[in-house]
Amino acid sequence: MARNHVTTTVNGEQVEYLCDTTQSLLSVLRDELGLTGTKEGCATGDCGACSVVADGRLVCACLMLGVEAEGQQIETIEGVASSAGLHPLQQKFLEHAALQCGICTPGIIVAAKALLEKNPDPTEEEVRYWLAGNLCRCTGYDKIIRAVLDTAKQIQGVSS
Amino acid sequence: MSSSRYYAPTQLNEAVQQLAQQGARAMAGGTDLLVQMRSRLEKPAAIVDLKKIDSLRRVDITADSVRIGSGVTGAELGENTALVACYPGVVEGAELIGSTQIQGRATIGGNLCNGSPAADSVPALIAANGICEITGASGERQVAVADLLLGPGRLDLQPGDIITAIVLPKPVAGQADAYLRFIPRTEMDLAVAGVAVNLTLDEQGVCQQARVAIGGVAPTALLVPDAGAALVGTRLDATALTAAGEAATAAARPISDKRGTVEYRRKIVAVLTRRAAVIAAQRTGRAS
Ligand SMILES: Cc1cc2nc3c(=O)[nH]c(=O)nc-3n(C[C@H](O)[C@H](O)[C@H](O)COP(=O)(O)OP(=O)(O)OC[C@H]3O[C@@H](n4cnc5c(N)ncnc54)[C@H](O)[C@@H]3O)c2cc1C
Repeated sequence: MARNHVTTTVNGEQVEYLCDTTQSLLSVLRDELGLTGTKEGCATGDCGACSVVADGRLVCACLMLGVEAEGQQIETIEGVASSAGLHPLQQKFLEHAALQCGICTPGIIVAAKALLEKNPDPTEEEVRYWLAGNLCRCTGYDKIIRAVLDTAKQIQGVSS
Repeated sequence: MSSSRYYAPTQLNEAVQQLAQQGARAMAGGTDLLVQMRSRLEKPAAIVDLKKIDSLRRVDITADSVRIGSGVTGAELGENTALVACYPGVVEGAELIGSTQIQGRATIGGNLCNGSPAADSVPALIAANGICEITGASGERQVAVADLLLGPGRLDLQPGDIITAIVLPKPVAGQADAYLRFIPRTEMDLAVAGVAVNLTLDEQGVCQQARVAIGGVAPTALLVPDAGAALVGTRLDATALTAAGEAATAAARPISDKRGTVEYRRKIVAVLTRRAAVIAAQRTGRAS
């Protein structure tokens, strides 16, 4: 059986790959494209470590097929920092020590970035609900929530 | 190494033909199907992705009906302000499914077709008197949501049948709905019990019609006619609410599992019934 040929855009660059029908987007990103920033935690959609944005929607890459990415715009953690430096969220995560082992961090940064793009000034409750699908077994979440709220404040300060 | 085929038809009739193949499975958001495939419960020979079929991805609100395409996601339902205005309870059920990440993928049709007794969007569809539009190899038919559900994971669908939409009546003046579930944590868990109430109050605040549906407490979500009847003709006073709750408890046939015992589920379903009825009544703007 022939594998599926897919043309898609990952972090603004057009890419092509071959994948099996049942291969997840997560497996394609890591194993076919070498983008290992997106992590595998549970592989069943519960932990959020594999969060990516597909056509503007935050999704778990483990619960999307690689073949579904045809023609879509995929954004991963590798596209968050720019040549100018770290994204403000990444900077704030460092300042607040909002990570320990780091496995959940790429997914949380991608998810938090999607939140701030949709809602630049979220309440603490909104941040906690938005990130409820991102599990962290080290930090106890408080530092993560504070880093996200502080980033929102900083971005607001810059733009106003 | 898998040898499954992948199809992403844009036309419903193509999808019907593709699903006629031995071992083919429909996929909408994949949040149930891909998990089942990973745990090797499912090994489809072909996956037919329904998301490119336009008519499944739309919500159409007309003078007398609200048609929700089966392939609309929870996130999209929540963003549809016209739909939220008509059916706040249906939307809050669908929006309770999973996390932000799951919301971006999980569809209302997938939630229904997976056949979980605790599926969060189903009680409000039953309370709303929803009708499924089904297209399959033998043509089109319509089945009430309540009649579609036969047991856990079992539906009145033939292999290859596609639910294209769930059609709800357009609410009348004074009509509103609500869905409440109880879970052991605040997010990301399956309902111990869930209750949807759809009711109509007249201008004096007297209940003209009420439909109560319960989930998570029987092999399928089900309508509890006695609970609705207990509310009709009342202003939803404490006696009426208690009677409705007791009717829900009487209709429940729960099991004990790690999320709750039989006794607990029977009790909590009454509490949720009372509270959901009050919320629905408040939403009508006519509650006394
Ligand atoms: C982390 C996580 C949390 C979850 N939390 C909840 C929760 O809180 N509450 C809840 O109710 N569910 C929950 N779920 C289950 C699941 O997300 C929902 O049931 C979801 O609505 C399924 O929709 P889908 O589009 O992803 O379905 P899919 O996985 O694509 O399909 C599900 C089933 O329905 C069939 N199907 C899909 N669409 C059609 C159609 N139009 N016609 C015929 N058959 C069809 C498929 O063949 C498959 O058998 C959760 C799942 C995960 C992974």
